[in-house]
Amino acid sequence: MTEQHSVVDVSGVSKTFPRGNVRALENIDLALRPGEFVSLIGPSGCGKSTLLRVIGDLVEPSTGSVVVNGKSARQARNDHDYGIVFQDSVLFDWRTVAKNISMPLELLGWDRAKRKERIDEMLRLVELQGFGDHHPWQLSGGMQQRVSIARALAFEPALLLMDEPFGALDEMTRERLNLELLSIWQQLGSTVVFVTHSISEAVFLSTRVVVMSPRPGRIAGIVDVDLPYPRTVETREAPRYFELVTEVRELLRSRGEHLLPEEEAALGQ
Amino acid sequence: MSAARTVREWAPALVVFVLGIALWQGAIAAFDIQQFLLPKPSDIVRSCWDQRHTLWPAGWYTFKEALGGFAVGSIAGMAAATVISRFRTLGAALMPIAVAANAIPIIAFAPILNNWFNPLSPSSKIAMAAVLCFLPVMVNTMRGLQSANPRQIELMRSYAASGFSIWRQVRVPTALPFVFTSLKVASVLAMIAAIVGEYFGGSYDALGVLIRSKAQILDFETAWAGILVASVLGITLYLAVAAAERLVVRWAPETRDS
Repeated sequence: MTEQHSVVDVSGVSKTFPRGNVRALENIDLALRPGEFVSLIGPSGCGKSTLLRVIGDLVEPSTGSVVVNGKSARQARNDHDYGIVFQDSVLFDWRTVAKNISMPLELLGWDRAKRKERIDEMLRLVELQGFGDHHPWQLSGGMQQRVSIARALAFEPALLLMDEPFGALDEMTRERLNLELLSIWQQLGSTVVFVTHSISEAVFLSTRVVVMSPRPGRIAGIVDVDLPYPRTVETREAPRYFELVTEVRELLRSRGEHLLPEEEAALGQ
Repeated sequence: MSAARTVREWAPALVVFVLGIALWQGAIAAFDIQQFLLPKPSDIVRSCWDQRHTLWPAGWYTFKEALGGFAVGSIAGMAAATVISRFRTLGAALMPIAVAANAIPIIAFAPILNNWFNPLSPSSKIAMAAVLCFLPVMVNTMRGLQSANPRQIELMRSYAASGFSIWRQVRVPTALPFVFTSLKVASVLAMIAAIVGEYFGGSYDALGVLIRSKAQILDFETAWAGILVASVLGITLYLAVAAAERLVVRWAPETRDS
């Protein structure tokens, strides 16, 4: 992979939702390099989820453009360049775990043998061997989210888009899944866009943290995270980690005069 | 499900049922209730057996009408819902009307429908049952088709899935529990429609006509026996739909086994 070209090029993107005339995004410029792990962080209403959806061609920008691997976002979506993981696992209840992972592969027209091979591979990757025949409701929240990640990665998309994927999980499960996600990311080398409202999670995972401010959603600043990989439990105790957490927090504060008290509290976590 | 669990689950209902019948039987003896007001359960069952050669063929005749109306009405309801839900504005225009129409006591149209079709032929009863089944099935199917999780739709779009794939893989599976709930309601309505339709006139082979004529000549035991036959057939149809639901909707909470 060449370092020059970017996987995602967001330029001059604004988004106004007609309903209530809400300016969700204003003049966003952002370039993602191949293999990067970029977090979008900001208080609710800063448009971070909207930006993720604009990149994934699930929301059309009002102005500006998104180029993915040299193509339009629409073309990239049609070429199956996106794997998406939402806050809730969004599993198909009527399908078993294996069949859930199989869904995008079926849509891509893979034959049964190839599908089965990949499903087994993905179940190993997210450490859910032996759970293929279970139904989603038989799994814990953390396991469901791992299935969701396996499904998003099964067809090797160029880009993994994650919208607060661990937001609904308890702190311990979340920290374990953070480590698992990093190990998967390092094995596969995919580019990740990760939306979160947790400063510590953003710093721990990312190569870069994009800090956004609300009303209208803008990029307040970008923090380069120079912590070495592989990151471990000790990373969370390193002095440099705390410096970066503070840096992100101050960026959020400096633009945070519009924050509601509960948003302020949420960011303090 | 284990046999022991099945027994545990059904035992309370069975006990209440047996107690209820015993209470009925005992109350008639204790309070000397007139036979024409309320016959003893034992007499009803005996009459049901003695007259099995008239009662059950009549029941079967009516059951076929109900089944025909159930099939026509349900299929039409599902088809209409499928078409309407494809077009949002059409759905928005028709949904409130459908919901309102669903609250109309349509059974009141029975004499009119007898008049529209040949009252002696099964077609008027099939029509009655079909009309009665149509609305609940349509309203629930539409609600089901519109209940798909928006995130699941977004996910399918991110896979560049076609509109048909999204319908087939997400909307239909989401709708199925709604559809089966309405089919169970419709199965009961179909039997009611056929019998009530027959009360307003019909072939002498029909159960509703038999119940009415027996009641008119004060042969209440046979009338009650006819009601028993109608109940057994109605419950059978309901159970058949419930069994189909268990086969098709294996993932839904109420059909979970373990």
